[in-house]
Amino acid sequence: MPTIEIDGRKLEVEAGKMVIQAADEAGIYIPRFCYHPKLSVAANCRMCMVEIEKAPKPMPACATPITDGMKVYTSSPLAVEAQKGTMEFLLINHPLDCPVCDQGGECPLQDQAVGYGKDVSRFTENKRVVKDKDIGPLIATEMTRCIHCTRCVRFGQEIAGVMELGATGRGEHMEIGTYVGRTVDSELSGNMIDLCPVGALTNKPYRFTARSWELVAGSGVSPHDCVGTNLEMHSLRNVVKRVLPVENDAINECWLSDRDRFSYQSFNSADRLLVPKIHESGNWMETDWETALRYTVQGVRAVLSHHGAQQLGALVTPTATLEEFFLAQKLMRSLGCHNIDHRLRQSDFSDDDIAPLFPTLGSPIEHLEHAKAVLLVGANIRKDQPLLGLRVRKASLRGARVMAINSLDYSFHFDLAGKVIAPPEEIPYALARVVAAMGDSADAPGGLRAWASSEPTQSEREIAELLQQAGKDAHIVLGLSAIAHPQFSVLRGLAQALQTRTGARLGVLAEANSVGGWLAGCVPHRGPVGQDVGEGGLHALDMLREPRKAFLLMGLEPQLDCLESRVAADAVDAAEFVVRMTAFDIEDGVPGDVLLPVTPFSETSGTYVNCEGRAQSTTGVVPPQGEARPLWKVLRVIGNLLDQPDFEYVSSEEVRRELVWDADAYQPHDMPRMLSEPETPANGKGIDVERVLDVPLYKVDPYVRRAPALQATRDNPAPAAYMNSEQAGKLAVENGDRIHAHMGESSVELDLIIDERVPTDSVYIPSGYHETAPLGGVGMVRIVKVS
Amino acid sequence: MLSEQAVNEINREIDKYPPEHKQAALMATLSIAQRELGHLSTQVMDWIAAFLGVPPIRVREVATFYSMYDLHPVGQHKICVCSNISCMLRGSDEVIQHLEERLGVKIGDTTPSGGITLKEVECLGACAGAPMMQVGDAYHEHLTPERIDAILDELENSDA
Repeated sequence: MPTIEIDGRKLEVEAGKMVIQAADEAGIYIPRFCYHPKLSVAANCRMCMVEIEKAPKPMPACATPITDGMKVYTSSPLAVEAQKGTMEFLLINHPLDCPVCDQGGECPLQDQAVGYGKDVSRFTENKRVVKDKDIGPLIATEMTRCIHCTRCVRFGQEIAGVMELGATGRGEHMEIGTYVGRTVDSELSGNMIDLCPVGALTNKPYRFTARSWELVAGSGVSPHDCVGTNLEMHSLRNVVKRVLPVENDAINECWLSDRDRFSYQSFNSADRLLVPKIHESGNWMETDWETALRYTVQGVRAVLSHHGAQQLGALVTPTATLEEFFLAQKLMRSLGCHNIDHRLRQSDFSDDDIAPLFPTLGSPIEHLEHAKAVLLVGANIRKDQPLLGLRVRKASLRGARVMAINSLDYSFHFDLAGKVIAPPEEIPYALARVVAAMGDSADAPGGLRAWASSEPTQSEREIAELLQQAGKDAHIVLGLSAIAHPQFSVLRGLAQALQTRTGARLGVLAEANSVGGWLAGCVPHRGPVGQDVGEGGLHALDMLREPRKAFLLMGLEPQLDCLESRVAADAVDAAEFVVRMTAFDIEDGVPGDVLLPVTPFSETSGTYVNCEGRAQSTTGVVPPQGEARPLWKVLRVIGNLLDQPDFEYVSSEEVRRELVWDADAYQPHDMPRMLSEPETPANGKGIDVERVLDVPLYKVDPYVRRAPALQATRDNPAPAAYMNSEQAGKLAVENGDRIHAHMGESSVELDLIIDERVPTDSVYIPSGYHETAPLGGVGMVRIVKVS
Repeated sequence: MLSEQAVNEINREIDKYPPEHKQAALMATLSIAQRELGHLSTQVMDWIAAFLGVPPIRVREVATFYSMYDLHPVGQHKICVCSNISCMLRGSDEVIQHLEERLGVKIGDTTPSGGITLKEVECLGACAGAPMMQVGDAYHEHLTPERIDAILDELENSDA
């Protein structure tokens, strides 16, 4: 390895690195604005000038590769003069508005001006002024402050994969902006706020609400997806004001998705539930905890004595913590009932018995970017797990062939080497033909022939070929739409067959903290860490289809969080006794008998287990608001009041200690003995079309639905019916028509929008909206134009 | 959006580069489009972005960087005055002042009759003849108020 010397310190540095990287590794400070370790080198701010022996003039440390024997001086008179000169030029056009700038106090320009600036400006001419721009609801701009480092532009181009910001004009007329009046819509746009070294791009929702030095930082983990992103939540007088990433190269690198960054707005939303409430003679009455808990326990006891334990049902939001899942199942099981589940958006549970201990990515997150081929099945990885999407993009930039078998032609930030876009019903057939295209094999699952009866298409053959070429460097990923698919067990069985054939890795990316749910035993058929529970109970869908007499609903809004939203609303409606433990006051019209205010994830300690099986514990960053209490405490007290043994926990850590598993033991998916038979579609092809359904990324849980900034972005499609023009032609409907969508008994009136991403014979109606909730879940839809 | 001939010309430019570097033809494409349409509207830049498979903002970056591209309609004649260092030291400020007075329009504007557009541009590489300006495709160097008047007289006469 080449040896260099920086400020007299001898260093061994890997060849090809730049001086600034060598200095950073050795902890030697060099000022900079445009250089960022995750972005390409632009060398346009000129702040990192250093003296290099034998070089005639100062050199930019970020763009000067090291050579053997190089001697670098970072603070020699020549270097410092260059740095001070650069600083003076940068400050020429920078406004002196630090007192009213949100970046003030945490601003690299401000900090470095203290170190390298003059106390008096020699510039007497007029400063440049740049007209301000509106680039969307998340990022506030003050472009006069911009020093043209182009970090934001490079982030869009290189990391987020969509170039939305650019530098127009030249010289003094250069401006950073979007294309004529467009907004920045990337699901990762908030990172530009962190990258901006001045106050040009700042956090819009946080704007002018606090100064950085007043804030108290506490660490957390994002519950919105299975990534386990490390967060830092900043609070002022016990109110969370903003969220920043914590660097963790193994998980989120230094990034944060916008969903993780802005969901905090819900903690302070007007509909936070802050006192317990009881439903009495048609009215919600505020009450105290003692009364509410006594009422709860009486209600549960009444159902137990009149109908028996089997008439209880408990549904838990997948964003709950490991400890909450554990106590919820412990409470139910100690009452003699296994009807507990957190898989609210799954519809096929038939392979529960052979499912692994928990759904995982099948490898550490970092491995994903080294895959040589990736097959996405029912997965919109870019929007559903934005930071895993980034890893796939990285793999793709390294030459990996990414393929997709989806029911909606999602726009990814990487190129697809092969794709099959088909209505949900066709997906298992397509996947089966990919398996069959690999040739006959003795270890194929039983029943494969029934699914792969027709010849593989050209694109299916290509997918098979690319997977075989990549072999064990291939990665198959089943996403949220696969899990919601009515034939999920078949999809998993077929993916398993692909894995056996190719040696590829297989990942199932479940919602939120679902991994924690599985490990804690918050599933009807297994106890904590996969313990055998004998018969087991009803899963989430059966509990609703065969409505229980009493429901304990923890953190969910049944109409919006359950796949079969219609069935869920009806079941809860018909129940005799419904306890809702929720952070938010109900506004979804679903009745209940008692509302217990529980805390959002900022106000509770707990553990999240990500898709690698990595458990990360956090403590709350602010105390519970009002009378709200952490769900684990509420469950513990209900356990006590119901006279159940072993509910004496005094901390969530104590709960956590009851759960021990081997995090490194990757448990492969068991091969299904037999795939379930294909059914002939009930309604035939006729005039009905199949519903394509997903949950847009800012509708996935009660938190993000209450973040106004996220709701104002363009990422949530309008709650409408989307169809391609061919299908619309067949049904004689046009873009903008009002239509009735009928599914079984239920129907809603929606706008029809022409969208060529939707395959023929199907209609895309997103879930997670009040407007579409009455329709229900998966199945056939009849579209009728409103006359 | 563009004539078949222009599209053919653009395709010839694209063919000069490896297929994965289609964007290398961006500058030539902008020139062809401007020659045909007179200026580069947002619509034509959108079209070019889609045609070359580059983000629209990238097209705008290039179109705004180079002063030979016009994003707004221009007159029949375009006068581009260099105001960079050599020309500035040799009196380009006076050249601009004279032009503005004589034409009655400011830099960036077009005479009311639509005849002449006045533009300030970056170095045109004729520093030896500073101060200079470009009228159409022709360079005019060593400018003085008298020379400028003569050039403008000729332009106005040619239109008459």
